[in-house]
Amino acid sequence: MSSRAFVFIIPVIVIAIFWVMAVREAKRRPDPTRKGFFERNGVVLGSVFIALVAFWTLFLVALPYLYMVVESFHPALPPMKRGGPDDVVTIAQYSSFVVNPTIGAVNWLHMSALLFSIIASIAVTALNFAICYPLAYYMAQAGTPQKIRLLMLGLIVPYWVNEILRAFSLRLLLASRGLINQALMGLDITDAPIDFLGNNTGLYVGLSYAYLLVMMFPLYNAIESLDKNQIEAARDLGAPWWRIHRDVVIPYAKPGIASGCTMVFMLSVGSLAAPQFLGGPRTLWFTAVIYDFFFQSFNWPRGAAYAFIMLIVCIALVMAMLRLFKVSLGEAIK
Amino acid sequence: MTSKMIMRGMIGFYILLFFGYLFGPLAVMGITAFNTPNYPQAYPFEAFTLDWFVKLWNHRSMMDGLKNSIIIGIGVVAISVPVGLAASIIMSQIYHRARGLYYLVTISPLLTPGVIIGISTVIFWKDVMSVTDLTKGLFYKGIILTILGQASFVSAYCLLIFMARLTRFDRAQEEAALDLGASYPQVFWHILLPYLKPAVVSAVVIGFLSSFENYNTTTFAILADKTLVTVLAGEVRQGTTPALSALAVIIIGISLLGAIGYEIAKRREQTRADRAYRQAQIAERDEVEAIA
Repeated sequence: MSSRAFVFIIPVIVIAIFWVMAVREAKRRPDPTRKGFFERNGVVLGSVFIALVAFWTLFLVALPYLYMVVESFHPALPPMKRGGPDDVVTIAQYSSFVVNPTIGAVNWLHMSALLFSIIASIAVTALNFAICYPLAYYMAQAGTPQKIRLLMLGLIVPYWVNEILRAFSLRLLLASRGLINQALMGLDITDAPIDFLGNNTGLYVGLSYAYLLVMMFPLYNAIESLDKNQIEAARDLGAPWWRIHRDVVIPYAKPGIASGCTMVFMLSVGSLAAPQFLGGPRTLWFTAVIYDFFFQSFNWPRGAAYAFIMLIVCIALVMAMLRLFKVSLGEAIK
Repeated sequence: MTSKMIMRGMIGFYILLFFGYLFGPLAVMGITAFNTPNYPQAYPFEAFTLDWFVKLWNHRSMMDGLKNSIIIGIGVVAISVPVGLAASIIMSQIYHRARGLYYLVTISPLLTPGVIIGISTVIFWKDVMSVTDLTKGLFYKGIILTILGQASFVSAYCLLIFMARLTRFDRAQEEAALDLGASYPQVFWHILLPYLKPAVVSAVVIGFLSSFENYNTTTFAILADKTLVTVLAGEVRQGTTPALSALAVIIIGISLLGAIGYEIAKRREQTRADRAYRQAQIAERDEVEAIA
């Protein structure tokens, strides 16, 4: 268990470093008006606060993540052999993503699954931005308060129905016997039903539908604080409507756009329900690969390694995009 | 003028389209809940029936799942709301060099895919519990693990809700209380907590709802147990039955009632606030007149 026990030491070291820094700083520049944490909150309350937050940040967030990463560097072993001599540190789980260990060939299947998940998620993000921007702009700049409240309610209510049932409702609509195919055939537009689920239309619609709100609210919040006079000024100076958006609204709302896009992208890559229920039979979403390692082949370390690969690739992509559009991470995840 | 009217018409049409996209699938599903055929179909509408609601009521595993979902939701709220509150207070007081890291750690569950949260929770707690020999006991259970997994990101939601309200907190209130001889814990209980009450209410509601409808984290953490959502997922994977539509109808009904109730409460609060504001104005005017 030694390599795993190592995980528990990391937070202790990090906290100790900050502690020493804080103490040294306090010694170097003493500030008599400054009160200590327990002085400000009382010993009992302060201890409760610290205990709660320590439990959360350490045992529910940091340690499980670190532990998962460590686990991914271990071989998959039956419970009896864990901690035994076979339980060595290895990168086999990661190399299996590139080269399939059972057939010794390049692992196109899993790599293309990751690539497809990412490209499809980017497409969904762009689609949601295009759908939400006009309404967000209208609500933020043109609507009266009552109208906005009504629209907000209309936006939120459908999302009280859970993800699975929403996917189910789209499936009813898009299935070969579904209402859309009935309508298309009834109007003699097609003779045979179109396989919306097989050709992944269902997948894109399902993902877009699932994360519409996640795009809407950051956009709305960002555009709402824009001073209307800026738009008026641009209009008075003779700017056409598309230049107002390109040169005034969008640059101003950039942090909101970035945070909406980041969240939709991350949620979409990590989504499980929409690909499961609305994807075509030949479509392989990367989370489905991870799911199968856990529930079909019971290879937890490999599933953990794949999950970690997915996380790293997504974060790298988001960071690159944020840098490209010159938005700081702090602004985007506010 | 006509161009303005065209513009307005286009906006109206767009809003119609948008909400059609939002509500259309749910409306179609709603119709199938009352139609007789075994395959959920909206058209042709053969005959009106309530059988699917009865079937739903008699669906054992779904009812078991519902019970577990409620237990998990309560557990998650019980952990996440106090944690979120404590975390928001520490956020405002933490050593300034550590704040960046602290923010990153506390917000990371929101950016981490739910699948990963579920996996890491199971892997970590399985080993921790087997080392401490709790595996065979009460604790290594899907319900407990799901509560722990969901609490990790629901706490982050709660933190954001509390932070949003704390930033508008008027520090002068705290100073006034301290000047009048209150201790810091008294300030917390009598000034800060009442001020945060609306945030507590929203944290409870949002926390419970997001726990109730979570799928990604839950499928991994739930192990052999089941929640309403995992049962639903199993049903949808196997095939389609109008009983699912019936469930959706019930959920939509409850949420509409909730939304209407919320709207009424909000209006009432608004009128109360308006009245208090008017009274304050009158009192102030009287005072000014009295001085003059």
